[in-house]
Amino acid sequence: MDLHFGDSKPTDEERAAVDALLGPPRSSWEGADRSDADLRWARGGREARGRRDLLLPGLHAVNDRVGWISEGALDYLCRRLTVPPAEAYGVATFYAMFSVRPRPATVLHVCTDLACTVAGAQDLCAGIEAGLGPGSGVHVERGPCLGLCERAPAALAVRAGDPVRTAVAAPATAGGAVLAARAPDSAPQEPPAAEAVPQAGDAGLLLLRRVGVVDPSSLDDYRAHGGYAALREAFALGPAGVIREVTDSGLAGRGGAAFPTGRKWRATAAQPDRPHFLVCNADESEPGTFKDRVLMEGDPYALVEAMTIAAYAIGAHRGYLYVRGEYPRAISRMQYAVDQARARGLLGDDILGQGYAFDIEIRRGAGAYICGEETALFNSIEGYRGEPRAKPPFPVEKGLFGRPTVENNVETLVNVLPILTMGAPAYAAIGTAGSTGPKLFCVSGAVERPGVYELPFGATLGELLQLAGVRDRLRAVLLGGAAGGFVRPDELDVPLTFEGTREAGTTLGSGVVMAFDDTVPLPRLLLRIAEFFRDESCGQCVPCRVGTVRQEEALHRIAERTGAAAAEDIALLREVGRAMRDASICGLGQTAWNAVESAIDRLGAYE
Amino acid sequence: MTVTPLGIPRRLLEFTIDGEPVRAPEGSTILDACRAAGKDVPTLCQGDTLTPKNACRLCVVEVEGSRTLVPACSRAAEPGMEVRTGTERARHSRKIVLELLASSVDLSTTPAVAEWIKEYEAKPDRFGPDAARVDEEPRVDNDLYVREYDKCILCYKCVDACGEQWQNSFAISVVGRGFDARIAVEHDAPLTDSACVYCGNCVEVCPTGALSFRSEFDRRAAGTWDESAQTRTTTVCAYCGVGCNLTLHVQDNEIVKVTSPHDNPVTHGNLCIKGRFGYQHVQNRG
Repeated sequence: MDLHFGDSKPTDEERAAVDALLGPPRSSWEGADRSDADLRWARGGREARGRRDLLLPGLHAVNDRVGWISEGALDYLCRRLTVPPAEAYGVATFYAMFSVRPRPATVLHVCTDLACTVAGAQDLCAGIEAGLGPGSGVHVERGPCLGLCERAPAALAVRAGDPVRTAVAAPATAGGAVLAARAPDSAPQEPPAAEAVPQAGDAGLLLLRRVGVVDPSSLDDYRAHGGYAALREAFALGPAGVIREVTDSGLAGRGGAAFPTGRKWRATAAQPDRPHFLVCNADESEPGTFKDRVLMEGDPYALVEAMTIAAYAIGAHRGYLYVRGEYPRAISRMQYAVDQARARGLLGDDILGQGYAFDIEIRRGAGAYICGEETALFNSIEGYRGEPRAKPPFPVEKGLFGRPTVENNVETLVNVLPILTMGAPAYAAIGTAGSTGPKLFCVSGAVERPGVYELPFGATLGELLQLAGVRDRLRAVLLGGAAGGFVRPDELDVPLTFEGTREAGTTLGSGVVMAFDDTVPLPRLLLRIAEFFRDESCGQCVPCRVGTVRQEEALHRIAERTGAAAAEDIALLREVGRAMRDASICGLGQTAWNAVESAIDRLGAYE
Repeated sequence: MTVTPLGIPRRLLEFTIDGEPVRAPEGSTILDACRAAGKDVPTLCQGDTLTPKNACRLCVVEVEGSRTLVPACSRAAEPGMEVRTGTERARHSRKIVLELLASSVDLSTTPAVAEWIKEYEAKPDRFGPDAARVDEEPRVDNDLYVREYDKCILCYKCVDACGEQWQNSFAISVVGRGFDARIAVEHDAPLTDSACVYCGNCVEVCPTGALSFRSEFDRRAAGTWDESAQTRTTTVCAYCGVGCNLTLHVQDNEIVKVTSPHDNPVTHGNLCIKGRFGYQHVQNRG
């Protein structure tokens, strides 16, 4: 590739950050000083271009070290990876956590999303800005959900350096957030993951049973609590046997789309094209969702084992775990677990002496809700802008790197462990006929005990809210997050199953259950949802790119209006929303109007 | 002479469009089949020389069994498919897409769009005077072509033509996200600091006139651009031995624009800087 580079040079720090990831450059074609040998041999063929997937980790390396991505750093990274600078610039500007303009080394991400807004995020932001004062050297970034809704309001401080330091303040006071930003190292430790699980220690739990019980760093502890029994069972069953069990269990995807997992695995396993890939989607960005974070923080080896089983079933030898960038603790725990498993022969060339090879690579997102869409996530891993691809072809046929790929959510994969240890019939006996097994729910908002709850499918919304200690004067419950829908307080008998919520005209989505009491002005919540989708639209298709803007504008106009004064804009919202649902490329645009529509139709907002 | 390989005969797929049975060769898109059957489906981001990006969503049609509408430009025809092109649902989405585009960017130089706005009864003004627009000044940073991103619908065609589909220069990319996404070179620098080789193949595929010859831009600014007064003469480029076809657009005895026929087996509509922009010597009347 004949690439054009500008004259900008990286600083020593930027060069060191990139070289720490990629190793020193081998020739001037890759950015080293020119030697005589370089004049006789042009490098940059397929092998060099084949490292494009290291672009996102490279951008992280620079951003982690310096806090932003300069022209010189981007150019150097492009030379190292033989990536056109324009494309790399397009990728760097796609993600919210990167900046291509100079900014202070410390960035404080303050969540202003639904749960945190209700918990006083606006006052928190004002308090933080007052507390920091001008010229503080901290860049405050108001942003979408940080996945800490059980401890709202939340803030995440990221201080660039070697190594990068992070600190979480949640529930955050202005003083606590300022401290986290000023001195991430001395900020108080986050509470253990088990604190997000009010049922922790309950012997009846299947998915959360080890959270708070085992030491998340100890592989021995994991094995002492039943770990790796499922993988042994998988090896005894063989790949086809595992797929049969998963199919018979009735397991359906927990990321929101509820696609039958066994069918996805079978279709991928049957593809003649090789290699096959496994991708675990831990880009948990749906506002109000934090179950995958709690699983990864509290029981990381379970995900390693579950990924190994899934990969074995579909004939993959390489798996990618894509964790959202806002989850530093989950990332470090998963990285440690993967390293330990590898050191102990539970990942690598010969797992458990069975002659099966599998390894996991962890990839970090950088602030883009859209990358939770399965094909956008592939593009993100591959080093392209995280824009969804047209389907068909579906991932089972052409997924990551154009190869047959299974992509599953964290919770979906973790369900495979009880399926294999209990057997499919016993697992399928849990829940209802149409929705089998246990389900995790992320309960937040106006409840006494917010957190992740595990209930068999079929429990009602009211039972779940009862368990979480719902407060009085309940006004509305948001199911499924920003892409989900609101239900009324008199609809609490909705059974929490795929089919039950569908019949009730709403959705289970990713398992978000966010309760709002009547102190919250509904139009403000709806406006926040619209802002979220406007911010997170990738911009690829017109209905979503412009539609989300027009919807936000209409919601602004009617924020203070009701009845006839709002009727014209509501009609406009409906027309635009319908086209977004029908004609957008991916689920983001197709569902962006759901929650607002349900608030108008079910809650009577603006009446 | 380029010999076009015929390949193995393609199977004909049978399906219906608007209830009428049609047959299309395997590998055809719904749009191919619609056009072969004489059905008009409007398109903006589709290009005859590029892989469909299906970004504008103007060509959506209904397919029986599909939850959402499908883009005709990219969806492959399948046997037994029941396609409906003119349903209220499809027409509604097209109308909204036209309204969203016309309310956010300047479509004054986009061919055919005015007719579609009329046909679909689109009312771009209904989003009010405060509706956000893509607010960009024309970028005149070189002598050959101009970029007016307030006319850009982000169809990705210029990026694809500059990149792996044709030119392999990779000078431009989509940068930013959502409504703030734009086409730009790295660091949003002027073209003259970029990898651009001025082949003008991006100008060739631009569907809205956001990219235009400097000669066209200047004449439009002066009010002297008049397509009805232009002649088009297709000839062979005299610069090298490749033999590219050039179509010279001539107004008032001046070459004002150079294109190349898209079905030309040598160029597929693409040229290099010499063929595209190197015509001044012809007009040098000393």
